[in-house]
Amino acid sequence: MKQNTSPLSPEEKKLFGDLMPEELNEVLRSGLQRRHFLKLMGLASAGLLVSHMVGAEQLFARSVEFDEIPDLIPAAIENGINVSFKVNSNNKKVLIDSRMTLLDTLRERIGLTGSKKGCDHGQCGACTVIVDGNRVLSCLTLAASCEGKSIITIEGLAKDNELNPMQQAFLKHDGFQCGFCTPGQICSAVALMKEAREGQASFVTSNIREQAGAVMLSDEEIAERMSGNICRCGAYPNIVAAIKEAQTGKNIEQNWLFAG
Amino acid sequence: MIPFKFSIAKNPSEALGLIHPHAAFLAGGTNILDLMKEHVAQPTEIIDLGRLPLNTIKPTATGISLGALAKNTETANHQLIRKDYPMLSKAILAGASAQIRNMASNGGNLLQRTRCSYFYEINMPCNKRVPGSGCAAMKGFNRMHAIFGWSDQCVAVYPSDMAIALSALNANVTVMQQNGGERSIPFIDFHLLPKDHPEKDNSLKHGELITSIELPKNNFAGHSAYIKVRDRHSYAFALVSVAAGFELQGSTIKTAHIAMGGVAHKPWRALKAEAFLKDKAATLANFTKAANLEMSAAKPLAHNKFKIEMGKQTLIHAFEVALKG
Repeated sequence: MKQNTSPLSPEEKKLFGDLMPEELNEVLRSGLQRRHFLKLMGLASAGLLVSHMVGAEQLFARSVEFDEIPDLIPAAIENGINVSFKVNSNNKKVLIDSRMTLLDTLRERIGLTGSKKGCDHGQCGACTVIVDGNRVLSCLTLAASCEGKSIITIEGLAKDNELNPMQQAFLKHDGFQCGFCTPGQICSAVALMKEAREGQASFVTSNIREQAGAVMLSDEEIAERMSGNICRCGAYPNIVAAIKEAQTGKNIEQNWLFAG
Repeated sequence: MIPFKFSIAKNPSEALGLIHPHAAFLAGGTNILDLMKEHVAQPTEIIDLGRLPLNTIKPTATGISLGALAKNTETANHQLIRKDYPMLSKAILAGASAQIRNMASNGGNLLQRTRCSYFYEINMPCNKRVPGSGCAAMKGFNRMHAIFGWSDQCVAVYPSDMAIALSALNANVTVMQQNGGERSIPFIDFHLLPKDHPEKDNSLKHGELITSIELPKNNFAGHSAYIKVRDRHSYAFALVSVAAGFELQGSTIKTAHIAMGGVAHKPWRALKAEAFLKDKAATLANFTKAANLEMSAAKPLAHNKFKIEMGKQTLIHAFEVALKG
């Protein structure tokens, strides 16, 4: 199986060297793929630190995925289905077992591990992706039912080296702690921006009979509309602030400070 | 999940041609897929309905027709539903999460299965899952369970919010049959009480497919409410919910339309309260009497006595909100 073989860029080397100087030489000797690099960055819990270093945001804006999708061995497939869909604007064609969910297909066949498997039962929202413009749960979607659809995952939100404004707002407001729910939170919040523009109502909309046009989201509206994304670290106040900033484009006061 | 064949139907008659006793239709998939992962449902064939042309919402001579495959989000936000059936918009938006409402279809919403945890746990007895195996909830933790209409076979509650409003709105469910024929099922007869056959949630027969839900016109859009009480503020099933609509003449209630969720094996039409409020003044005293009357027939289990008082208060609150409009 062939993976993305692009070596580390000079910026990535510098970042890695700053954070983990002892490992750098060994890593350069043995060869480190960007995919592993990003995973290491995550494991080192360096996300917060990284986000405040020059150029780091751009590094994270680059997507990682397999260049080629490895075939499953025939014995591993029952009721094989060939399904074609677009993932982050790239055409993909995969042979899957009919039981595979969209989440497992993205993670295990396409190599996009940004979408997370939290509960796998539609109760947590960590697997949220955007299908044909709408946020859905990839753990409750059969990949076989996605023929011809267009899927956007967390890896597809940045354009070139620019993070999506929602990603930038989550970084600025520290809208996460462990980060496991974050890809789902951000995909959900990005789709929420479209829903608000379209004037979609929520359970807390005061007069549902009025068609009010675009909705400017209050804290209460954001909490209600994001209730399908659970954050066990409890980063909710910061998530709400990030979404407000992304929607209004105005500077929202940060709820947190670095110690010392 | 056990292995299954995946088939795609292009139109309703093709779907009905493919169906067999071990097959299941797939619409939004938000419930069936979960049940399959838990081995509660074990279809050997899935028939994907995603391409069926049943997703329109359109006005009719008698009201409005909701396509069975129109999404919950689309239905709740449809201009005509928000304006003329706000109780339905509210009820849909009270259920699940934005992601799930984007996936879930109107027909599938009606066919949701109970979230009774003993139904979901395949190592426990459950008459709904395995007829004749017993009911673990009867003497188990039954805080979430029924207070109306349960039997010694099953104390589960029906989970949908949308259906509670559809019950109060006197909707009809249109189904297509294998011979191409159609029948229309009044909403109050669509879902069943458990009696001796809790494995049957509704009156659909094998080889029938929901094609639309028909809403008659109503005169209470300006005086309606959907109130839901739950363990957390959002994204939780109802402990108790109430859909209420009043046709008013001055301050007199001409007709009341009331249904409750979270209390029974089907949307519980509050017929006693409706009968009491007919031609009565819309006052707090009458609201209280109607609520007391309805809840007086409740039969709580060991852990859900609280639902009686909660039911009363939720009814009264819903009446007040509906009156205010």
